[in-house]
Amino acid sequence: MSIDYQQYLSTTAMGLEPSGIRKFFDLAASMEDVISLGVGEPDFTTPWNIREFAIDALRDGHTSYTANAGLLELREEISKYLQRRFQVEYQPEDQVIVTVGASQSLDLAFRTILNPGDEVLIIEPAFVSYTALVTMAGGVPIRVETSAENGFKVTPEQLEEVITDKTKAILLCSPNNPTGTSLNKDELTAIAAVVEKHDLLVVSDEIYAELTYDQEFTSFASIPGMYERTILINGFSKGFAMTGWRLGFIAAPQELISIMIKIYQFTTMCAPTMLQMGAIEALRNSSEQVEKMRQHYWRRRNFIVQSLNEIGLECHTPGGAFYVFPSIKKSGLTSEEFAQGLLEEEKVAVVPGNAFGASGEGYIRCSYATSIEQIEIAMNRIGRYMESLVRSKNTAMEKVK
Amino acid sequence: MKLTNQELNILAILDENHSVSPKSIAMQLETTEENVNKLIKKLEEEKIIVSYPTLINWNKIEGKETIVAMIDVKVTPQRGVGFNEVAEQIYRYPEVSSLYLMSGTYDLSVTIEGKSMKDIALFVSNKLATIENVVSTTSHFMLKKYKHDGVIMEGNEDKDRRMVVSP
Ligand SMILES: Cc1ncc(COP(=O)(O)O)c(C=O)c1O
Repeated sequence: MSIDYQQYLSTTAMGLEPSGIRKFFDLAASMEDVISLGVGEPDFTTPWNIREFAIDALRDGHTSYTANAGLLELREEISKYLQRRFQVEYQPEDQVIVTVGASQSLDLAFRTILNPGDEVLIIEPAFVSYTALVTMAGGVPIRVETSAENGFKVTPEQLEEVITDKTKAILLCSPNNPTGTSLNKDELTAIAAVVEKHDLLVVSDEIYAELTYDQEFTSFASIPGMYERTILINGFSKGFAMTGWRLGFIAAPQELISIMIKIYQFTTMCAPTMLQMGAIEALRNSSEQVEKMRQHYWRRRNFIVQSLNEIGLECHTPGGAFYVFPSIKKSGLTSEEFAQGLLEEEKVAVVPGNAFGASGEGYIRCSYATSIEQIEIAMNRIGRYMESLVRSKNTAMEKVK
Repeated sequence: MKLTNQELNILAILDENHSVSPKSIAMQLETTEENVNKLIKKLEEEKIIVSYPTLINWNKIEGKETIVAMIDVKVTPQRGVGFNEVAEQIYRYPEVSSLYLMSGTYDLSVTIEGKSMKDIALFVSNKLATIENVVSTTSHFMLKKYKHDGVIMEGNEDKDRRMVVSP
């Protein structure tokens, strides 16, 4: 008997749009010798001292559960780190939870604050998971589209325009994936005024905080009046090159954390113990290595931004993360056509901008989490691809004449 | 000598790969090619950049395998003849690829490269040991090079294990 599985499936789950990245992944993965600028994670391996610490923890038998919120020792280090790096104060005992990646922190935040129908403003282009996470928690994602003209920065006016009495929170991500855009203190302060005026919360995804290049990073929680309204999300994945460890953390007012911890207890229990041990070492003894990686990204960013602009793919200089988001409008192609052609003809993988929301159409995301040598080759290939596009356009025009 | 951040950045780039073009360095550091050329020249003149060696794994090439030995040399310095004079007599030999003055139980550490163990043995007995003031030599033959000048020779550490495209 054949079963109609459709009848069993949740409409929410079915309604989720598949990630636009998936399709591209399948295509790129089937090819050989691809240079990938499509990777959303560091090319560095986790520093050895951190790995060694986790190995030792495993050898010493740290194989049981920890407290739901994570090892107190780790939460203490997280608290010190947040104070030291970003001047925000959180009590390790009741204001911090160690999660399975920043991804899970985001999930936890929305499950904790959303009632059915509550609206969350998402600034696009945005990380692919955001709208799905809000939807799964019963909320309604409201897209706010930014544009290249002002460096993909959201303005208070834009926020005002879409705020309704259903709006519960704004999801901010600075430095941003996919645009690399960083918001400085003044820009965050301007947003804070809107948050205050409409009595909102802010979920601040600060996972790229360590990777900030031209200015000091400002945590949204450090803006006057915003500490009480901020759910701060950060983690080890990007700055510490620990994506595969699946470790992040969430910090917020105690009143919110106490509800989150209930959900976390039922869904997850705790993050992996031996990996939490490694994370303690990461916060204690790797600032030099984190800085060294940051220097590498900084140099690559400078290189790739100039190269792309020379090729004619206009892009702004992003203040953080490891992405650039150049315009491909000159090619006359859609983002997907451009990316597919580039992959097939020159074997360079990038992610089409529309994977990050409709406002990403006309752009591609290039990750510079790859060696400068690879980036140089990729830039040559993209240059050649652009030339061939221009040539074929000219021949087509001539034919018309 | 104190260097500027820009000069330190140039050194960091060259330290990883000396064949990077000045144009690439300029782009990476948001400056001009002329400026990079000028600074590199200055660093060369100051002997901060001493040379640009290429790290070659000769042992991968048939017929080009080399044997390396590190030799601990004890020296009795005599009146008027310091370590420097003895060192000079040793480092002039082309077989000697490096030479360091050491603290501890011996004085000079000599690295020698040769085609065979016999080559090296001959060099030690005929040349090194006969130098006046050299009291004793202890030879250690290198069996395998795992890491050289910060570079891991073989191994999986640098393998890219990431998925080709990810969010
Ligand atoms: C903006 C943003 N937030 C969160 C995440 C997820 O981080 P984690 O790997 O810690 O779950 C990513 C990863 O790509 C990201 O780009």
